Amino acid sequence: MSPRLTSTLLMAPGLLWLGLLMVVPCLLIFVLIFFERGIYGGIDWNAATLENIRRAFDSLYLSIFLDSAVIAGLSTLIALLIGYPAAYAIARAPAERQTALLFLAMLPFWTNYLIRTYAWIVLLNPAGLVNSLLLQAGAISEPLPLLYNKPAVVLGLVYSYTPFVILAIYSSLQRLDPAYAEASRDLGAGAATTFLRIILPLTAPGVAAGAVFVFVLSIGNFVTPDLLGGGKFQMVGNLIYDQFLSARDWPFGATLSALLIALMMILLFLQALASSRARGEHARA
Amino acid sequence: MRALNLHLGAVYAFLYLPIAVLMVLSLNKSGLPTAWGGVSFEWYGKLVENPKITGAALNSLIVALWSTLIATVLGTMLALGVARARPSPGRDALLFAPMIIPDIVLAIALLSFFTLLKFSLGLHSIVMAHVVFNIAFVCAVVRVRLASYDWSLNEASRDLGATALTTFWRITFPLILPSVVAGALLAFTLSIDEFIIAYFTAGAGQSSTTLPMQIYAMIRFGVTPEINAMATIVMAFSFVLVLAAQRLNRGRIPGA
Repeated sequence: MSPRLTSTLLMAPGLLWLGLLMVVPCLLIFVLIFFERGIYGGIDWNAATLENIRRAFDSLYLSIFLDSAVIAGLSTLIALLIGYPAAYAIARAPAERQTALLFLAMLPFWTNYLIRTYAWIVLLNPAGLVNSLLLQAGAISEPLPLLYNKPAVVLGLVYSYTPFVILAIYSSLQRLDPAYAEASRDLGAGAATTFLRIILPLTAPGVAAGAVFVFVLSIGNFVTPDLLGGGKFQMVGNLIYDQFLSARDWPFGATLSALLIALMMILLFLQALASSRARGEHARA
Repeated sequence: MRALNLHLGAVYAFLYLPIAVLMVLSLNKSGLPTAWGGVSFEWYGKLVENPKITGAALNSLIVALWSTLIATVLGTMLALGVARARPSPGRDALLFAPMIIPDIVLAIALLSFFTLLKFSLGLHSIVMAHVVFNIAFVCAVVRVRLASYDWSLNEASRDLGATALTTFWRITFPLILPSVVAGALLAFTLSIDEFIIAYFTAGAGQSSTTLPMQIYAMIRFGVTPEINAMATIVMAFSFVLVLAAQRLNRGRIPGA
């Protein structure tokens, strides 16, 4: 058997699985957009329509998209502000300790998402640890509404996704040749200038990768808004969830998902653009 | 530098304190957040007596074992094939996609797909869905190992008269085995903790409820010491598996 044939045969079952159970179902979403919902849910294949797309741009849904984008954007920003210095500290640690430090930052990310979110309910609910301690200390006379609001949702998203931001930025920092920063300092630039003009631009791909990841996963999230937001306001993820599991309007749910995929594609494209530009600057530097 | 290290310490505290509080409270006999009633395993005992929880845990184990088994075989084959194939950005994108597609998108895509084909839903459909992202993770872990694999070993083996199959089982497989096991451990962790895709592809009924689905149903109604105990077990389980994977894989896990 030729090496090429062996290689193809080895890849075939896995690629087939991904093709059949990922690519085809995702393409199906784009087909569903153009049909009406069936009377009992499901899809009415006899009724082709553009109504779903028009409806997705209704002011009601547009405002939900916008609201979720604000929450996702805020979470992304905070995760970057927390994650960048943490990644920087890990990258500056002695080489033999970096792996362990990074692993420690990533470990929560590999554990159950629901439980990590639940941990904040334990801390912040009206009878939770924080309120109980504050009440006992006499700092407050009645429990603070720490849960079931937008800040709680942002907190939950930041908590869940900061580990990934640290990883993405650390990978960029690790690839950075320390000679650039040294050269900048030797030529008389201060620490702040060196960071802003040299280190930050060269690690932009990592920042962008982390940002895209947090933003997309946040905007499509339905668990955190449901558990920490108390289901009081909707994000795109909740909207899609409702279309499929309660309103039973699958074509419209598919339309919203397609918009989410489109948004993700655009952001990934911009991220790729940012990293190729950074590589260009790297070459010129 | 000091300020940076302090920040890093604060980030670790932020990441681990909520989990630590949860674990400590699961041992609190009083069941209350602030009144310490002494250490007790009472709440853990209550878990074992709850058939909904034990049933869901069993379902999760079944799903995780099958999806890990299938994904480890297919993902390892895929990595071996890719290592000797011509580079292809399209194929790389396909292998990367399951890791970045939002869960909700894959979940509704598969639900629509299964429904359209009138395919029955249950534990088997969850397994099929979980294999999708698990293949990608196993393949990624094994590919990292193969990137530093010395293929001249295979040539030497062939020159000495071994068949391709003997060469694989006697040379290549033992050398990549740690990464295969590491990939399998990660796949198992991901599958046993996965909620959204399972929730959409499970169909109705308690017979296909997995542990995360059961946890979701319980935590929506508030905090109980039993949930704390269950959360502690699930967390500890993942910690051990991921730690083992990291050890086996010489400090590298995909994404770390």
